[in-house]
Amino acid sequence: MKKITAPLTDKDMQGLHAGDQIVISGILYTARDAAHKKMAELIKGKKPLPFNAKGSIIFYAGPTPARPGKPIGAIGPTTAKRMDSFAPQLYAKGVKATLGKGARSKEVKAAIKKYRAAYFVATGGAAALLAKKVKTAKVIAYPELGTEAIYQIEVKDFPAIVAIDSKGGDIFNEKL
Amino acid sequence: MRKISAEKIKETIESIILEVAFNLPEDVCAALESAHKKEASKLGKSILKDLVDNIKVAKDEKLPLCQDTGFVVIFMEIGQEVQIEGDLHKAINEAVAKAYQEGYLRKSIVSDPIQRKNSGDNTPAIVYTEIVPGDKIKIKLLTKGGGAENCSAIRMFNPTVGAEEIEKFVIETVKNAGPNACPPIIVGIGIGGTFDKAAQIAKKSLFRKIGTHNSKPHIAKMEESLLGKINKTGIGPGGLGGKITALAVNTETFPCHIASLPVAVNIECHSHRHKEVTI
Ligand code: SF4
Repeated sequence: MKKITAPLTDKDMQGLHAGDQIVISGILYTARDAAHKKMAELIKGKKPLPFNAKGSIIFYAGPTPARPGKPIGAIGPTTAKRMDSFAPQLYAKGVKATLGKGARSKEVKAAIKKYRAAYFVATGGAAALLAKKVKTAKVIAYPELGTEAIYQIEVKDFPAIVAIDSKGGDIFNEKL
Repeated sequence: MRKISAEKIKETIESIILEVAFNLPEDVCAALESAHKKEASKLGKSILKDLVDNIKVAKDEKLPLCQDTGFVVIFMEIGQEVQIEGDLHKAINEAVAKAYQEGYLRKSIVSDPIQRKNSGDNTPAIVYTEIVPGDKIKIKLLTKGGGAENCSAIRMFNPTVGAEEIEKFVIETVKNAGPNACPPIIVGIGIGGTFDKAAQIAKKSLFRKIGTHNSKPHIAKMEESLLGKINKTGIGPGGLGGKITALAVNTETFPCHIASLPVAVNIECHSHRHKEVTI
């Protein structure tokens, strides 16, 4: 089990290979469909993103509301391919990894290779278990989107699998 | 005439939602545990271990099993001797709003499919009512996640095709779903009727207990054959490879027109949250 901590560096990426089981600590930013649409508008308007993209990990997720006293409700990956059309421009801005479920497009894979980044998958539908790895959470952008807002979450030993590595190795291509 | 208040229906629906969000039905738990024992692939087994562990955490900590707490779909069989006092649909939607608020569940419904503004309380529910003999109301409720639902498909076949063509279509749909539907999945198939009827019975078939079959022998045989073939695709748990891709294949049929053979495949994920209650 490899351990990595976000923000990620080029050196971190070199050690990751498709199929590796990893645990992630540090900061993740959640974003799903609606937030991606907004971020794409920011990029188009040459405006800064709501978070520092350099070395960051975007988690494709929309949590359930937190119960009082808890950092977050249930949280787990959503289908990554819905974000395929947005991902290359975010990798270009410095995002080092995205975290979701399911396979990615050729274009996303090419961007991952180009920017020496990665795509991770987490277990879909294990959101109670994964929530236990979240230490803190706060909304940093688009609160009006509810669950689709961008949350900055701090995780400790969040389990994932490297699905696409910086050299273009792809676990789904190998399996399917 | 037996009188049942809308209030009673509201309470029942609210309690079903609050139960299924945190507790998987026993047959689904058992199927996941046995899949975990059987799976040979390393990553596949680790996914199934997560799913088995997730069941316990969800239950103990009242954390939703999945962050996608779904679209509420209800099949209601209403006895013709029942008189409902009050507004049925209002009661149902109030129950949904209350349960999603009190249970800290995710509100995943947008009021308009194009403008896409969240309705804020996970309403409305999708409700199918059927009038049946008797003086009871049977409520079958499913909270359906978007990821798996998106992988569903329907095709209008020529009536002359055989079972083989239908099986091919089902397997193609499962392969297209791949990892996105959160395998191991449950495959609901509706064959016959019209375009809409096929989809409706496909969804309704999902309520069947895992391990049971359609009462028609030729359909039961098709279910078994399909389950075998689906589990040979190698998609595996989480789509990461393995032999457990589906936990069950459920098929319902309906008579159809001499010109038609509609086939609908409704994909359901392992987070198969549903319950049936009779009042
Ligand atoms: S497909 Fe099912 S298990 Fe997977 S994220 Fe959606 S609701 Fe959860």
